[in-house]
Amino acid sequence: MPILIAVGVFVVLVLLWIIAVYNSLIRKRNRVQNGWHQIDVQLKRRTDLIPNLVETVKGYASHEQEVFQKVTEARAAVMNAHGPAEAAKADNMLTQTLKSLFAVVENYPTLKANEGFLKLQEELSSTENKISFSRQFYNDVVMDFNNRIQMFPSNVIAGMFGFRAAEFYSAPETDRAAPKVRF
Amino acid sequence: MAERQDLYRLISRNKWGTALFIVLFSLLLGVIGVGFGCYFGWGWRPYVLFGLGVVLYNLLMYFNSDRIALAVNGAKPAVGEGYRQLHNVVDEVAIAAGMLPPSLYVIDTLVPNAFATGRNPHRSAIAVTKGLLQMMNREELQGIIAHEMSHIRNYDILLMTVVAILGGLIILLRDVFLRWGLFFGGGRRRRSSTGRAGGQAGMILAVAGIVLAILAPLLVALIRAAISRQREFLADASGAYILRNPHGLASALEKLAGTTLKLNTASNATAHMFIANPFAKDRRTATSRFASHPALADRVRRLRSLTIPRDPADG
Repeated sequence: MPILIAVGVFVVLVLLWIIAVYNSLIRKRNRVQNGWHQIDVQLKRRTDLIPNLVETVKGYASHEQEVFQKVTEARAAVMNAHGPAEAAKADNMLTQTLKSLFAVVENYPTLKANEGFLKLQEELSSTENKISFSRQFYNDVVMDFNNRIQMFPSNVIAGMFGFRAAEFYSAPETDRAAPKVRF
Repeated sequence: MAERQDLYRLISRNKWGTALFIVLFSLLLGVIGVGFGCYFGWGWRPYVLFGLGVVLYNLLMYFNSDRIALAVNGAKPAVGEGYRQLHNVVDEVAIAAGMLPPSLYVIDTLVPNAFATGRNPHRSAIAVTKGLLQMMNREELQGIIAHEMSHIRNYDILLMTVVAILGGLIILLRDVFLRWGLFFGGGRRRRSSTGRAGGQAGMILAVAGIVLAILAPLLVALIRAAISRQREFLADASGAYILRNPHGLASALEKLAGTTLKLNTASNATAHMFIANPFAKDRRTATSRFASHPALADRVRRLRSLTIPRDPADG
């Protein structure tokens, strides 16, 4: 009789453990998905800020048409990109054109001192930071999730319920050569 | 001792160090309590009531700690265009830390300092002084905010409250012990029924108890300060990890070391929450055993010697 009770308790404990691990995996996976969407939120904010920026700079440097053109095109490319590879390339392009835009601004001291411009610069700078941090956070939660999926004994549960490892966000090659974006 | 330290290991070592302190602290409490109980075989009800009183008082302080801390320091909500950068920086750090951004307050003084308050990450606040905002550049401000948010994320306010409760209980027991002990001149002898050997053991226990009881407030203050210093190091390391960059905070601390202004609204109860010891005359090297913060020179040295683990995406 005591053996039966012991086995019963053991089975219950195992079931409870399975439930706990399963819930933990769900929670971590949701965190990964949320992290991914947070990146998109910041990217969208950046594309939203750009028209305003272009207009402000145009007000002072109206003949720098080439740069404005490039920025506008790059922005359109980002908004129309399909799939993560294209999106990453377009994103890269946009960062480059923004850098040349800010390089142009260097030649116009009155623009540099303009309060509206400074505010925009702060917003853009902050958005770049947020994009960077949200990618960092995404990689953090991916690592956390993958650890749980791959380490023993939770990998048993992960396998049972079909949890698959998530992919890290990787900076495209050209990005690594450039220093952290600081406008 | 500028050894290269991996951030992960530093953070975990700090947490273990703190756990050890808490255990020692509780043991101290237990020993005094047991010595006391053994010595008298006294009725326990009044003391349980007092103990409950201490716990309740501290819990009350804890649940209102944010409102109290903000009010005492004259902190006002940080609204207006002038604080846009502050809000942006806090939002950035919140994203990196995976936390909700805390409410922001500003203290109208030129003394540079900052503190975090609030019992959990869902209900928390950070206050900065105008002096701090003027003194620090964006990267340094980011480092300070990351440090403060680490305090919130690591539940340091909760921890220090528990420590305060334990400390309060120890002082309480020691007070009662001394008062009743001296008054009754040792009840053990009257109740002793185990003969001379038992009486001698009782005497040794009594003496040990009295010595410990006299030293108790000292030990409590020492342990409390040591825990506070450990958590400051931990917040430094956590903040650096969140940003993957220790230099913003290191630079900010160096700037703080250069200033000699003191904050007059701080008290012993709130000192530990500030980014830099609001009392120290020379914050660079001064660390008494009772200081709530480690010396700024030590903190800067540890920060600058951290190696940041490479991003997993880098391969």
